[in-house]
Amino acid sequence: MKKTTNSLQRGEPFIWMGGAALALILLTVILMLGVVLANGAGAFWPARLSLLELKDGSRVLGEVTRRQAETPHSAERLQIRVGNRDMYGADFRWIETTAIKAESYPPDAVWAERMEHGPFIGFVKTETKSGAAAMIVLADASGREKTLTAGQVVRLYRPNAMSFQAKFGLYLARLWELLSGQPREANTEGGLLPAIIGTVMMVFLMSIFAFPLGVMTAVYLREYAKDGWAVRGVRIAVNNLAGIPSIVYGIFGLGFFVYGVGAGIDRLFFADKLPTPTWGTGGILWASLTLSLLTVPVVIVATEEALGAIPPGVRQASLALGATPLQTLTRVLLPMASPGIMTGFILAMARAAGEVAPLMLTGVVKLAPSLPLDGSFPFVHLDRKFMHLGFHIYDVGFQSPNVEASRPMVFMTTLLLLAIVLVMSGTAVWLRNRMRKRYAGGAF
Amino acid sequence: MTKRETAICTVDDPVIRVDGLRLFYGESEALKGITMGIPRKQVTALIGPSGCGKSTLLRCFNRMNDLVDGVRITGGIRIDADEITDPALDVIELRRRVGMVFQKSNPFPKSIYENVVYGLRIAGVSKRTALDEAVEKSLRGAGLWEEAKDRLHESALGLSGGQMQRLCIARAIAVNPEVILMDEPCSALDPRSTARVEELIGELRKDYSIVIVTHNMQQASRVSDYTAFLYVGELVEYAPTTELFTAPLVKQTEDYITGRFG
Repeated sequence: MKKTTNSLQRGEPFIWMGGAALALILLTVILMLGVVLANGAGAFWPARLSLLELKDGSRVLGEVTRRQAETPHSAERLQIRVGNRDMYGADFRWIETTAIKAESYPPDAVWAERMEHGPFIGFVKTETKSGAAAMIVLADASGREKTLTAGQVVRLYRPNAMSFQAKFGLYLARLWELLSGQPREANTEGGLLPAIIGTVMMVFLMSIFAFPLGVMTAVYLREYAKDGWAVRGVRIAVNNLAGIPSIVYGIFGLGFFVYGVGAGIDRLFFADKLPTPTWGTGGILWASLTLSLLTVPVVIVATEEALGAIPPGVRQASLALGATPLQTLTRVLLPMASPGIMTGFILAMARAAGEVAPLMLTGVVKLAPSLPLDGSFPFVHLDRKFMHLGFHIYDVGFQSPNVEASRPMVFMTTLLLLAIVLVMSGTAVWLRNRMRKRYAGGAF
Repeated sequence: MTKRETAICTVDDPVIRVDGLRLFYGESEALKGITMGIPRKQVTALIGPSGCGKSTLLRCFNRMNDLVDGVRITGGIRIDADEITDPALDVIELRRRVGMVFQKSNPFPKSIYENVVYGLRIAGVSKRTALDEAVEKSLRGAGLWEEAKDRLHESALGLSGGQMQRLCIARAIAVNPEVILMDEPCSALDPRSTARVEELIGELRKDYSIVIVTHNMQQASRVSDYTAFLYVGELVEYAPTTELFTAPLVKQTEDYITGRFG
């Protein structure tokens, strides 16, 4: 049969545009993940150490981190991570390829991770293993010596002599250190455990505050409040609340929670400690409360939508059977709305985990002396300051004295933050699917 | 012709007595002074053209009109000796005495079992044996037991349309009401399911007083003992079904049931 409509009438261009938009979004996400993975995942792989003999007679040992092609202003050059910051003053060095006479990969070249000053890259001269006072004398490529005690060295290895398995083992060990260790060197090395705990705990606390608050508000708006200009006004306000810049929430949190509520608590209960503030300073409680204000509109909107989507017949059926409005709510409406509520919850959680600006004003720190969760009573310390992966990214990536050396750390932190968000929202999605299955609805 | 304006029969020992009932939606008057008695353990059909107020009247009997904003009622409705228009009346208790089946079947997204025991659970019954017993009794009463006994714990949403409506009836009778209100219970069902539900209504009248709203005059004549014809908020004729359909006393009724208007 002859087609009587043209492609515009059939809506084909719109389908094409829709598909293209989706492809673009997917591509962006994949690109971003790819960049993060490529930069972050390889960071802990033990790199080959090159010994470069230069034409001026000097010798340089280090990892080739980048190769820059020739430009009108400079010749082709290599970026070498030479380490030994305490001796050279910088971790990196640029060397023009034309200045290199020979390149070799000595198997005895050593990469020593130190507690301070970044890695030492060189050779082992003498090693004395005499118990606690074990000493090691290292020398760099040009023979300058450095003596380290065992306590100063985290790990020492010869990447050029390592097998693939050994490298892989080392890689895993460093990854484990990242997840379970304390940060070193102004956060540019070591682990992220405090930041992981801080992030998860903050999101968890935020959920505890935002979830009941949001659901109850939505239930009141939808089920109890008489529809009128006041309710409509509140609804518009709630929707717009989601559009306020997060830093404004931070300022509010600082002014209201920290300087208002916190300082008030101090005056009432901790007056003996003043002027040292106990609650009147940023802390994980205030940061979580601030974030819950930021995310509560999402929960409200999602819950309202979910309640509104329930067919009126179900409500009437419950009431006609002699259920009170509260019984109808708890036994029928909320269970039926629960998948929708969970969707809002997932969005809120993802937003909270990635938010940094309000935290900077309300309790996040570069380096927290103690965790908000530990073994000493009362185990959860809501007044403590905390570390956060999002802030960590900003701090390490843009505020550290050694930005170039900490680049891998920034990407690893990003990966970790993404993974945590994924795990948390994955759990919530799993929960939601279970609820969906349980209250499989639609056909009324 | 010497036909009358209205003709309303009296009923001995009615279960519901409606007395001069007027209902207003805001300014407009939806029921204009209705007086009638609903017979005990019989089926009463309310018929009339759309918008005549038959569903509104039905919803007065379990106060479902309370859910609509701006509804005002004058006059009286008594169930046995209780005045149910009294604002102080316990609506919850009333709705346990007066069950309702809706036009569109509306099972909860729960298992068949949980649907049936819903009314009992919210009334505080939690003994397993009592619940089990009620489920079997109600499902048998609604003629659904044979079809549903092997899938009691599966979702009620997996049932067919006719089965769902019978489940709603089972759910209503599980709390053992005195009166069952049915608001066009078959209008969304196919002829076969309709026949099944009509048969069921015939069985239920042994134990319950039933008020059914229907658009379908054949249905009214098939299932009911008494029929009330309403027209724009007024009760025009109320009589035993056979009399109303064979020898209507009012011209308007005759015109309606013979299909001359409406």
